[in-house]
Amino acid sequence: MSTTQRAVATTPTWIDDRIGAGKWLKKNLRKVFPDHWSFMLGEIALYSFILLLLTGVYLTLFYNPSMKEVVYNGSYAPLNGIKMTQAYESTLRVSFDVRGGLLVRQVHHWAALLFVAAVSVHMLRVFFTGAFRKPRELNWVIGVGLMTLAILEGFAGYSLPDDLLSGTGLRIAQGIVLAIPLVGSYVSSFLFGGEFPGTDFIPRLYSIHILLIPGILLGMLTAHLLLVWYQKHTQFPGPGRTNTNVVGYPLLPVYVAKAGGFFFIVSGIITLIAALFSINPIWQYGPYTPDQVSAGSQPDWYIGWLDGAVRVIPNWETVLWGHNISWNILLPALIIPGIMFTLLALYPWVEAKATGDKREHHLLDRPRNAPTRTGLGVMALTFYVLMWISGGNDIIAQAFSWSINSITWTIRVLLIVLPPLVFVITRRACMGLQRRDRDKLLHGRETGIIKRMPSGEYLEVHAPVSSATRAKLVASRESDYAPIEAPPAVDANGVKAPKKRRSGVKLSNFYFANRVIPPTDEEIEEGQHHAAGDLETVRPSGQITSGH
Amino acid sequence: MSNDSSSEIEVAGAHEIEHALRRTDIDPRAAKRAERQVAIMFGGSVLASILFVVAFVSVKSTAVVNVPLIGLIGLQNLTLGLASGLGLFLIGAGATHWARKLMSDEEIVDERKSFASDDETREAVVESFQTGVEESGVMKRPLIRRTLLAALALMPIPAIVLLRDLGPLPETKSRETLWRKGSRIVTDISYRPIKPEDIPLGGLVAGALPADLLKVEEEEGNLNQRAKAAIILVRMAPDEIRSQQIQDGDFQGILAFSKICTHLGCPIALYEQRTKHLLCPCHQSTFDLADDGNVIFGPSARRLPQLAIEVDKEGYLVAKEGFQEPVGPSFWERG
Repeated sequence: MSTTQRAVATTPTWIDDRIGAGKWLKKNLRKVFPDHWSFMLGEIALYSFILLLLTGVYLTLFYNPSMKEVVYNGSYAPLNGIKMTQAYESTLRVSFDVRGGLLVRQVHHWAALLFVAAVSVHMLRVFFTGAFRKPRELNWVIGVGLMTLAILEGFAGYSLPDDLLSGTGLRIAQGIVLAIPLVGSYVSSFLFGGEFPGTDFIPRLYSIHILLIPGILLGMLTAHLLLVWYQKHTQFPGPGRTNTNVVGYPLLPVYVAKAGGFFFIVSGIITLIAALFSINPIWQYGPYTPDQVSAGSQPDWYIGWLDGAVRVIPNWETVLWGHNISWNILLPALIIPGIMFTLLALYPWVEAKATGDKREHHLLDRPRNAPTRTGLGVMALTFYVLMWISGGNDIIAQAFSWSINSITWTIRVLLIVLPPLVFVITRRACMGLQRRDRDKLLHGRETGIIKRMPSGEYLEVHAPVSSATRAKLVASRESDYAPIEAPPAVDANGVKAPKKRRSGVKLSNFYFANRVIPPTDEEIEEGQHHAAGDLETVRPSGQITSGH
Repeated sequence: MSNDSSSEIEVAGAHEIEHALRRTDIDPRAAKRAERQVAIMFGGSVLASILFVVAFVSVKSTAVVNVPLIGLIGLQNLTLGLASGLGLFLIGAGATHWARKLMSDEEIVDERKSFASDDETREAVVESFQTGVEESGVMKRPLIRRTLLAALALMPIPAIVLLRDLGPLPETKSRETLWRKGSRIVTDISYRPIKPEDIPLGGLVAGALPADLLKVEEEEGNLNQRAKAAIILVRMAPDEIRSQQIQDGDFQGILAFSKICTHLGCPIALYEQRTKHLLCPCHQSTFDLADDGNVIFGPSARRLPQLAIEVDKEGYLVAKEGFQEPVGPSFWERG
């Protein structure tokens, strides 16, 4: 026995002798994980977060979160002799006078951009496949919390270098704080240690960015992953996959290699991007001063929708008894995002109320099989993307020489008109796709073979669908629960049905409107049998040559 | 179909899991080839790590290289990044290739159990819970319950009060700027005083400050006064001024306005000479300087405050008085 072989054989025993992990390992070493490309999205988020922690710690070794004024005297000649804060000066130092410092800074920033992107797309995947349904509602809520914190953490991070762009972002944030009714001026004064910009805020933001938020993120992330582990991953419908099993590759060796390897792939690609593409070149912006700004100031992409909302809102302000309520700031920066995130977090319960469904779901929906949910999701996404585009209205105006006023007005109109329209179209499209699936199950698939009947009539021959396709198509039955039945308006004893129950029925009818009912097994058998018979008459062997 | 949690969902259970053999499963030579490919990737990573160290000690930080399609890049950033990026990527690529080509690709099946415990356990839990609650007496002794709730409800107050000394009370500071009667107006970069003849007709001074700002900043050690005092100056023909906030607030067609946007406080500097419009680069609020500084488009709800100006004995532009209304974004107490 070689040393390696001996190590492999004795490691599990060594661990078991000390912490008695035998039982747990026995169950989990070969734990099954279902495979699908979209399950990688959450992994990308996780790995960019790990990369953020590692590069972040490195950056703290050089960055100095102080707003004390110094005169720059370093390798970047254009800024020599210019007064700036130590925060900005130390960011320049790590970029120009620390070997590899710029690379780590760029990896940190690119990883942050990718982190929020991966979190967002992962959330879309979970939403559109219905992975948030019972028993995973809690993990959905944790996920919404993680996304909110990720956005805040990103904003805090790019505000730290105290360059002209980040300072402008902070000025806007302070303006938003000021708009909070009743306490705005006080909150702002406490946050900034007096007036804006003061000298306290960056050191305070620093401890929030490197300790408070990452600490909470790490805790919630751990809970998120533990729940995925414990509840086992969902899977897409397919042959052999049921709601009560989980089909896939074992943790050891396949997932250790694939997931472990994927960490290195994600890190490697981020590093290669950081090697080639500059991000947040703070030396070009110059130090922050509250009386200067550069045109075309754009925040990082994930703040874009908020900035866009602030741009697109009409200038509503109410002055009542000497007090200002700035709707033009409160609505886009606090109220609308607040409503959006609350609805997002509560969605699993809203849907469960509409479906009246209390079962566990481990098989994922294909988006077409939940037309209302898919429609709502695409509607919300349209709203988001429009606001995001609005955040770049100045860039668009410049690029296409359009009037910024007409762009803003167009987006205002679209924000109201487009989302409901998109909802209707998406829901219709989903139902169309469902009908096509139903046809396939009932009549088989089209073969492209045309048969001429003795009567001279032409018919197209259909063939039975493969068992894999069939397994995929009949999965729509899983989410096909009927709408809640309306209680009689007045029951036998003459008691009126409670209003609450009637509203539940309304919601349910909305959710299930124009439902496409999937065929039963008997109907499918009959249909597939027909198709098979159809085929026999053309090609007695039952073989169809592929190609034309 | 019933919507009861006990009903099971039957889908596709009868179908077989399909499995096709890979080249590497059948042909030992293909397997050997895959093995070599994995080893080459791992070996490449080893090389990349060594290259990183070489680049770290040998590439000068000032060296720049022109990469096609991307442009000028610092050579140090490029070499260190490529070496460590490839080093990481090749480990991942090798491991994935290994898993895909050589590790078993047969899917295995695990059964799920419902998360809910059996009825007996659930009943026992409810019972223990009730026993616990009963033994504590919390339901029977409302006095304890209510005082405890009160204590817990008030407990966060000290934590919130502790935050009080993060900063001073706002007082009326946001209504005050450094501008006084006679404050001399200087340019923002060179701090030179400005004479009316320095500004041609149609001209703009994109940033100006009160002359005593530097001294105050030195004393206070922050940029707070600058954030409120910044102004811009524009000159138009006196008959082009349709209306202004302060009667005779201009000096021979030279108007002074706060530079701080009344929306969210960005400094405004995009001036269109022909229309006399001033545009904020942050959220595109547009102000008409020939007409009171009113908002003509965008999210801002209020006009830009005007600063009345005149010239002093030496002929330099000065403020005639301080700002007559608060500058910058709205706040609750503004009125």
